[in-house]
Amino acid sequence: MEQLIFAGEVFLNGLMTGVMYALVALGFVLIFKASGVFNYAQGVLALFAALTLVGIQKGQVPFADLINAVFGSRLEQFGWTVPAALAIVLAALVMVLLAFLIETLILQHLVGQAPIILFMATIGLAYFLEGLGDVMWGANIKALDVGLPQGISDGIEQVTAGWFGYGYFIDRLDIWATIIAAALVCALVLFSQYTRQGRAMRAVADDHQAALSVGISLRFIWVMVWSIAGFVALVAGIMWGTKSGVQFSLSLIALKALPVLMLGGFTSIPGAIVGGLIIGVGEKLFEFFIGPMVGGATENWFAYVLALLFLVFRPQGLFGERIIERV
Amino acid sequence: MKTKLTALALAATLAAAAPARAELVVPSLSYRTGPYGANGTQYADGFADYFTLLNERDGGIGGERIQVPECETAYNTEKGVECYEATKDTGALVYNPLSTGITYQLIPKVSVDKKVLYTPGYGRTSAKNGKVFEWVFNAPANYWDGASVAIKYLLDENGGDLSGKKIALVYHNSAYGKEPIRTLQKLSEKHGFELSEIPIDPPGQEQKSQWLQIRRERPDYVIMYGWGVMNQAAIQEAANIRFPMENFIGIWWAGSEVDVLPVGAGANGYKALTFNGVGMDYPVYDDMRKFVIEPGKASQGGQYVGSALYSRGMYAAVVIAEAIRKAQEIAGTAAIDAQQLRDGFEQLDITPERLTEIGLPDFGPEISLSCANHGGSGMARLQQWDAEAKQWNLISDFTEPDQEVLEPLIAEDSEAYAKEAGITPRDCN
Amino acid sequence: MLYREAGDFKTSYREDGQTFPIRLDRWGYYAVLAVAFGIVPFLINDYWASAVLVPFLIYAVAAMGLNILTGYAGQVSLGTGGFMAVGAYAVYKLMTAFPEVNIVLHILLAGGITAIVGMVFGLPSLRIKGFYLAVATLAAQFFLVWLFNKVPWFYNYSASGQITAPERTLLGYAITGPASSAAVKYLVCLCFAVVLAWVARNLTRGTLGRKWMAIRDMDIAAEIIGVNPLTAKLSAFAVSSFFVGIAGALLFAVYLGAAEVGEAFGINKSFLVLFMIIIGGLGSVFGSFAGAAFMVLLPVLLKNLLVGGFGWPTNLAAHIELMIVGGLIILFLIVEPHGLARLWRLAKEKLRLWPFPH
Repeated sequence: MEQLIFAGEVFLNGLMTGVMYALVALGFVLIFKASGVFNYAQGVLALFAALTLVGIQKGQVPFADLINAVFGSRLEQFGWTVPAALAIVLAALVMVLLAFLIETLILQHLVGQAPIILFMATIGLAYFLEGLGDVMWGANIKALDVGLPQGISDGIEQVTAGWFGYGYFIDRLDIWATIIAAALVCALVLFSQYTRQGRAMRAVADDHQAALSVGISLRFIWVMVWSIAGFVALVAGIMWGTKSGVQFSLSLIALKALPVLMLGGFTSIPGAIVGGLIIGVGEKLFEFFIGPMVGGATENWFAYVLALLFLVFRPQGLFGERIIERV
Repeated sequence: MKTKLTALALAATLAAAAPARAELVVPSLSYRTGPYGANGTQYADGFADYFTLLNERDGGIGGERIQVPECETAYNTEKGVECYEATKDTGALVYNPLSTGITYQLIPKVSVDKKVLYTPGYGRTSAKNGKVFEWVFNAPANYWDGASVAIKYLLDENGGDLSGKKIALVYHNSAYGKEPIRTLQKLSEKHGFELSEIPIDPPGQEQKSQWLQIRRERPDYVIMYGWGVMNQAAIQEAANIRFPMENFIGIWWAGSEVDVLPVGAGANGYKALTFNGVGMDYPVYDDMRKFVIEPGKASQGGQYVGSALYSRGMYAAVVIAEAIRKAQEIAGTAAIDAQQLRDGFEQLDITPERLTEIGLPDFGPEISLSCANHGGSGMARLQQWDAEAKQWNLISDFTEPDQEVLEPLIAEDSEAYAKEAGITPRDCN
Repeated sequence: MLYREAGDFKTSYREDGQTFPIRLDRWGYYAVLAVAFGIVPFLINDYWASAVLVPFLIYAVAAMGLNILTGYAGQVSLGTGGFMAVGAYAVYKLMTAFPEVNIVLHILLAGGITAIVGMVFGLPSLRIKGFYLAVATLAAQFFLVWLFNKVPWFYNYSASGQITAPERTLLGYAITGPASSAAVKYLVCLCFAVVLAWVARNLTRGTLGRKWMAIRDMDIAAEIIGVNPLTAKLSAFAVSSFFVGIAGALLFAVYLGAAEVGEAFGINKSFLVLFMIIIGGLGSVFGSFAGAAFMVLLPVLLKNLLVGGFGWPTNLAAHIELMIVGGLIILFLIVEPHGLARLWRLAKEKLRLWPFPH
């Protein structure tokens, strides 16, 4: 009985973690749907967005190290701080600019290449952005604070303590992340269903050629999709950055999003959400029940094995488009 | 032709890497990038700045200037090997790679190349046995010392009795993190506490399961062997589940500003081991300001001066400098080689008086090494984080570890290595 | 005028199908081999061996392995690091369990063990395709690393889980352990690389290679014309893993001497090898070598240039190095998506017509 109560807590926390994974996976899906690019750089985008946000907020001088090394100056700070809301808007603008640059400098020249080439290009992009982020803002660990609460939620603890005699632990940050993720998904759905640009986006996702022939600008759509993915990355970066500081390791969350993608399907937004929840719950419950028997630290691989098992039965993921092969 | 030109240019740049042979060369295999870059940066700064101070103030050691060429390893063993090979023929005396992985790589190499490997507070613990590990030194303390000192501290807190207590070990799931397990198991047999081991896969920004487990099992104390982002995430999660911070003790590598600052007020009261002092209340910083920081010669503009990791890097430099001094004294020449430096290390004796003399009173434990003992006394102390003042405070005196438990373990492990590598332990009399 | 087929008369099918149909090419190839075996070993020093040549040869073997799987058989794999770890741990266990057996045999056996493991993890490829398969192979990567980290039997119960290669000799020369000299290490790796390249070249132009390429180009069509996808895919996984396993064994035993699984065989290694074959050229043995050379040399070169040449702080140099590597990868893909091998081929075509291209 006690095990079950504990498992309940693990289950709830798994759901919350799953939402965090889904946030990262969402960016992958958006880009894959619209341009067929498997964007490995999504994790680094999140890191870059979070670094930019902190940099703007703290009033850091971009490229300070480089300028100092070349000119021998000693620049560090502008000496002002920017309010969180404004900083988020500015960081989002930087992400739009970045999307534009990625489209003009990279994607445009790779139209029609094999998917693996595009995939490699995004890995190159990931390297580049990783270096750029560090050169721009420095490699030290930065605390990110945009006013999101953190720590145990007392309300839930008391209520569950009343029910089971054991107070559940739910992180307030996770609750907020869930709310924000839900809002983000709603906004994305509304956008793609009810706006002109959103419809154009879906048309491109459906068929590039057909979309082009009815006069949709592919370039504009791609810039837009990468901007949206950049914004999603910013949100993911804020959540993960608040959790454990903004630094290099933030980019590695991409690895946690990959099994989510496999499970949910590369082309489905609901798939990313459901996949995230299944992976989050699955890996936490496995660690809880089986982990102690095999020595723990199973989460890294279990997510992949779980996704693999799903794939053997449904090779296109839970919600992915059916793969139809013709000779 | 084009390929030939490229090949020529290639060869030229590759060859250009070797600096001119002169002076005393102490390469700094640092890492300022990668997953552990934030930690490595501060350590490398302290290491470089102390030698800069010696060069600027005293003109080096015994009249010989010290050269500290830096080589970036990114905590990657292959790059570490490349750095080692690139610098070893430039007259390098001693290596301090700040990575357990790279240390394991270098241990067999240094005994062939006859270079000193100095790994304060990390690396292979059994290298303390100088009979087997002729070229490796890990004074003043190693991982097993750390575990034992932490347990001793807890014994003190509980009036000498830990029986029935529960202690959880949260560790970085790598060679480094696994080091203390055997020691803690032995200690748990001896003192009757219950040990649970909780591995965290690197990098470790997601630790919810592990901390939920801690919340369920309610251990009395948590000991952490972490590095990099794992530390902040763990301290953050501990604060989230309201684990009492004063019962949470980190090894020295989990006790720097970067680990606790991102957590903010929640980290108040967190404890960590250390074998060196922190902060800027030492006379040496007067000189440091005058000769290094103000003239703008500090590494990276001196932004981390006085931090825990900076101090540790500086401490490593202090010990190396003292060993060089000793070696010069024995050899009777200022331009020593690595072999003479090893003799210097083996007769190293850093007394409290000597530390006061160089402007660092009570900064580290007394170190007295010998041919058989390359690890010193293993003494360490505890520091506690004050989140409001944003500084570490030392809260205990240097404590000696439980050598009764450690010595057999070290003997066992070093003998196993000697057997595996075909080394006959040398005679130390 | 020299670089011509003209005058080089072939009198048998065998001669007609040879790898280097042009005489000058053949001579060049023999010259390279002669220099590699006859001259380089006398010039090599520790730095060149450890920083450049030995890793280049080892990664070339790994890249050939992955190229067989990805370039020839069309199955994208991100599990290379995990399979290299299998090779490394296999050779470690064999070396310590049977010290009297020759090390070369151990390395080959380690390749064989990896081939079996590779086949097991290749099974899902029968159902899963494309990026789904690529991500699925990550399961192998993470699971294998976890396994070697967790089960003490694999690292002979050492305190920290590190494995260290003991000294083993061949013909009286130490080839593993600290006492092995630069030239010996280099020669051992060179022998493996040359022999395996020969094997790879001849496998891929034979029946098996043609089956793989048929599967790569379209598996359903291949099945219809009588290629069994089960044997073709699994044989690709087996051969590829054999190569990768040998590379892992060499990396651990000859090059590094000590290894920790998470650090030495992590996910980054998988990406690194994948980069090599993309930059070098998919489906080309030469491309595997070119890509390995590029990815091993470039960082060393940039580091020496930026730190040694310009005197920049190491951290800035390391960050800029990342940017340059990333930028160059993108540039390469834009300029020549088929890699260095294609550039090489184009250059040779041009040379054949030079100086009268019309």
